[in-house]
Amino acid sequence: MARIIVVTSGKGGVGKTTTSASISTGLAKRGHKTVVIDFDVGLRNLDLIMNCERRVVYDFVNVIQGEATLNQALIRDKRVDTLYILPASQTREKEALTKDGVEKVINELSDRFDYIVCDSPAGIEHGALMALYYADEAVVVTNPEVSSVRDSDRILGILQSKSRRAEMGQDPVKEHLLLSRYNPDRVEKGEMLSVADVEEILAIPLLGVIPESQVVLNASNQGVPVILEEDSDAGQAYDDAVARLLGEEREHRFMTSQKKGFFSRMFKGG
Amino acid sequence: MSETAVSGVKQCFQLKSANVSMTALELYFFDNDDFESTLRDKISQAPGFFKDIPLIISLEKYEGLSSELDFFKIIGACRRHNIHVIGVRGGNDDQRRLARGASLALLPGGNQRDRDIDTAPATESAATEPTGNPTPARVENPGEPAPAKIINQPVRSGQQVYAPDGDLIILAPVQAGAEVLAAGNVHVYGPLRGRALAGIHGAEHARVFCQSLEAELVSIAGHYKISEDLQDNGWKTAVQIQLRDDLLVVTPLEKA
Repeated sequence: MARIIVVTSGKGGVGKTTTSASISTGLAKRGHKTVVIDFDVGLRNLDLIMNCERRVVYDFVNVIQGEATLNQALIRDKRVDTLYILPASQTREKEALTKDGVEKVINELSDRFDYIVCDSPAGIEHGALMALYYADEAVVVTNPEVSSVRDSDRILGILQSKSRRAEMGQDPVKEHLLLSRYNPDRVEKGEMLSVADVEEILAIPLLGVIPESQVVLNASNQGVPVILEEDSDAGQAYDDAVARLLGEEREHRFMTSQKKGFFSRMFKGG
Repeated sequence: MSETAVSGVKQCFQLKSANVSMTALELYFFDNDDFESTLRDKISQAPGFFKDIPLIISLEKYEGLSSELDFFKIIGACRRHNIHVIGVRGGNDDQRRLARGASLALLPGGNQRDRDIDTAPATESAATEPTGNPTPARVENPGEPAPAKIINQPVRSGQQVYAPDGDLIILAPVQAGAEVLAAGNVHVYGPLRGRALAGIHGAEHARVFCQSLEAELVSIAGHYKISEDLQDNGWKTAVQIQLRDDLLVVTPLEKA
């Protein structure tokens, strides 16, 4: 039985797809058979970030509607061979994701993989609900700003009430907070919420803090999951997050501003 | 729902619709000795509770003969234990005639009770609640209050938690965009960032307690204050909020 992890946020543009790509790559790199599913029907992005957009023939909706088999639709990653991608349909309506259809696909994947990562679309509509319905764990991606925090809170409420685990009265979905686009300098200036602020408001355990970085954008544009940029702080932060997801204890990093150079060292006194 | 009379002419009194939670004695049969010994038994379990309470005799489950029903003896036995029998509920015509003969008020039986302006017991006083949804007189387990609803998890944005009968106790944050409602008091052992409505059936004595007041709105029995009006007093501190003279009053919760 696979562990099903949904990457969700409520708000758009906070880094769900970037996170899905990195977490699934990170899990696969550690030898776990992993599949990442793009639930964003009509706004397909994951294939771009995973650099497999030219290899998409069949998609998630084709499989649900019986027009293709899973084997035909799954795309094997070229960099990490235990990683597969199930792309979203760009042309269908998101109502094509029926509960029964999604369950059938998830059950089939569940026999073959260790981890199923569900990349949720933004919002709290049908697509997002389908992405989180079967989840065992949730990575809630949040930016350090008020509206993102509130949307995350909303999605946490939905996880508690509308997921399969909630409906069946099983143990609740395990929640993780992933704070992305974090800029310690701006936090110091009071322009951003701090890690402590967000943790205090959302009251769920912190999985990781991803620093705001140009590397993330560059990696996305080149179709490389940022976790593979092993020298970058964002890549290392994702690696830490994956380790923690697997139960490893790792100290949180990148939460305070880095000393940048000689002058800033001089003026900050150390 | 307002209590204030606005008419210029001062009347001697005014009739109000009232809902009181009362104890009912559900009588199955009547035997004077049995009655008194059972009564003594019950009272010995909670002597304080029964002192000077009003009592109604419920005849809905009475199985004995009407002729055995002696209200004067019942009233006498109760009187000896400082219990005031004020009326009967249910019963057939014969039984109700007997009750009227003993100067008892007649309350409708079955499910259509508590419409009681005319039959309202004369002894009720400050304990009355203003009108709202009728809270049916709880017959079983007198002395046991309506259970509080206890929530251990955060109430998230978009969620609503409702305690229709009693208090609501939340041992976690109430987030912005969440709403918590109770017929009685609302306790939040955490920050209150959303909306809290206490006394939603009109109980003006209901209060809201919280460890950190950051609410969007607080309401007691329909009187409310929004976040903007709450900023000046006790914001982000532990407070209680209550209704005094139709005004919401915020007072700090002093540490003992």
